[in-house]
Amino acid sequence: MTQVSFEASFQKKIDEEIMIEPQDYMPDEYRKTLIRQISQHAHSEIVGMLPEANWITRAPSLRRKAVLLAKVQDEGGHGLYLYSAAETLGITRDQMLHQLHTGVAKYSSIFNYPTITWADMGAIGWLVDGAAIMNQVPLCRTSYGPYARAMVRVCKEESFHQRQGFEIMLNLSKGTPVQKQMAQDALNRWWAPALMMFGPLDAVSPNTAKSMEWRIKRFTNDELRQRFIDVTVDQIRLLGLALPDENIKWNEERGHYDSSELNWDEFWNVVKGNGPCNKERLATRVKAWEDGAWVREAASAYAEKRKTKKAA
Amino acid sequence: MSSVTTLKYTLQLADNVLIMGQRLAALCGKGPILEQDIALTNISLDQIGQARSLYQYAATIVNNMSVADKAQLFNAPLLQEKINNKLSITEDDLAYLRDAWDYRNCLLVEQENGDWAYTVARSFFFDRFQYLLYTAMLKSTDSTLAAIAEKSLKEVQYHIKWASEWVIRLGDGTDISKEKMQQALQARWEYTGEMFTMNELEKEAYNIGIGVDVSQLQQTYQQQIETIVQEAGLQMPTAAWMQTGGKNGVHTEHLGYILAEMQYLQRAYPNMEW
Amino acid sequence: MSNEHKEWPLWEVFIRSKAGLDHKHAGSLHAADAQMAIENARDVYTRRMEGISIWVVESKHIHASNPEEADAFFDPAQDKIYRHPTFYNLPDELKHM
Repeated sequence: MTQVSFEASFQKKIDEEIMIEPQDYMPDEYRKTLIRQISQHAHSEIVGMLPEANWITRAPSLRRKAVLLAKVQDEGGHGLYLYSAAETLGITRDQMLHQLHTGVAKYSSIFNYPTITWADMGAIGWLVDGAAIMNQVPLCRTSYGPYARAMVRVCKEESFHQRQGFEIMLNLSKGTPVQKQMAQDALNRWWAPALMMFGPLDAVSPNTAKSMEWRIKRFTNDELRQRFIDVTVDQIRLLGLALPDENIKWNEERGHYDSSELNWDEFWNVVKGNGPCNKERLATRVKAWEDGAWVREAASAYAEKRKTKKAA
Repeated sequence: MSSVTTLKYTLQLADNVLIMGQRLAALCGKGPILEQDIALTNISLDQIGQARSLYQYAATIVNNMSVADKAQLFNAPLLQEKINNKLSITEDDLAYLRDAWDYRNCLLVEQENGDWAYTVARSFFFDRFQYLLYTAMLKSTDSTLAAIAEKSLKEVQYHIKWASEWVIRLGDGTDISKEKMQQALQARWEYTGEMFTMNELEKEAYNIGIGVDVSQLQQTYQQQIETIVQEAGLQMPTAAWMQTGGKNGVHTEHLGYILAEMQYLQRAYPNMEW
Repeated sequence: MSNEHKEWPLWEVFIRSKAGLDHKHAGSLHAADAQMAIENARDVYTRRMEGISIWVVESKHIHASNPEEADAFFDPAQDKIYRHPTFYNLPDELKHM
């Protein structure tokens, strides 16, 4: 086959919803887009462990402690599945981590915001995981097989994450006045960053069109964001909390809630590294990796020695 | 009054696994590689689970005691007040409202995580003890304790495997890892003697048939530790003096900080549901 | 710089979810040796009681069919419907066959 026919048959497969597998032909740009997106997704999972891990030792009950620990551990597992999916595209996990540690690769900006009170564990589980799930469910049908399969596993495990977050919010909202205040404060702080998780407006999103054509993405940023707002407003009411944005209003004509314009200036600044916790999060990851270097080397050396012993 | 003995004995068992689990939980997200991060968290989750079973049992014992019997159980005012107000107490009250002098965990588990070798050494020494303890506790005349021991044993078997393999891997890895592992074993060894020294509570628990004579476990323990240490190509650690105190409520300075962190929400916002 | 050191090899993990079923590919992970790979697989892929038996194989040892030959490999099976039981017309009265 010629290059042109390769590309035609690739696009035909995509159009017929046939999954692309690691050994199949794929255009370079498709491969690059996937590596960027999957590794970014994996980095988000492992950096995303930090703001919550922060509270494991301070969880207010043993049940909450166990649940949070299991949840944060799951995020690590999700990072692992995603790194594995990306590795089928010809990049190693070490290379991806190097990109993260040197600031070349990005991760979701939401994790650059601080977790200040216990209610933040509720808000993160409910809003951040909720937004993530909305982003991720369509990815279970993304065109690249290993990515889709990783996402199926991730989505299956995520289902308890949002519930545990909502349960925390529910307990706080039904609790004492100070607990309710804690919940409201967390909702107010996490609302806008959660909405930004869906990425920039479609009008300025550089990658959306091509990703849609290749069925890596299946809905646009704005579509998903709107869906999230519509679902979440009702949940806020259920909690008995005040809406975090005074411009949230039902628009009969659109059949959706209207809401305030987001502060995209802040968004781009956090992406660029100027968020309240960017430096700290990255430093923590780098330190864990560097502190672990001698451990990884020791295990390699030991495995090598045993191999030679067996061979002898 | 055997229910007080059972209560205090159960609390001592619970404190050990809670503090150990709490220490390991702090490492979540900071492991040397993702796979091991997850492995360590699994161990921590097992231990917190064991602690919960034990505290739940302890809470039941307290709640079933006569008013006179439970009038002066704890130093901690928040907890004792709750009991004296005839409220039933929960696992969380026991974990979150007692202060350091009420905690009866051994000194070993409250020691800092340190680097990977220190973390491994502490687990290696503790898990091996737990294995022998729970095995002996299968014969406890207290059926709840025996049942908890049986369930926990399966978990601990895996913990032992994990820790022992890391001791061997680091001992027989690189020059650096060998040195670090040796150092860590040496540094933590002085906290192992306490586990086998019977305190008054343990003697009493043993006499009434619910507890284990830990002094009888020491020889087997030493042999099992030595086997692994040798396989790792390391020297058996030595101690001129074994540190003791935790089991009697006299702790190292670390415990105060662990509790301050762990208990702060329950103390800053008392009597609330979370 | 830690990047220069050799990465732990990649392993493919296969899990039997319950007695009587085949081992099925679950995913992959990194481990220094086979023993560690099995244990890592236990910790990573069976946290929700997904398995009762684990196989691991270093990824580099897997050999795969060539997707470019897929037509020649797999299409010829399409017209051999006589290999499937539903191909045969048998009287309804016949039971247990």
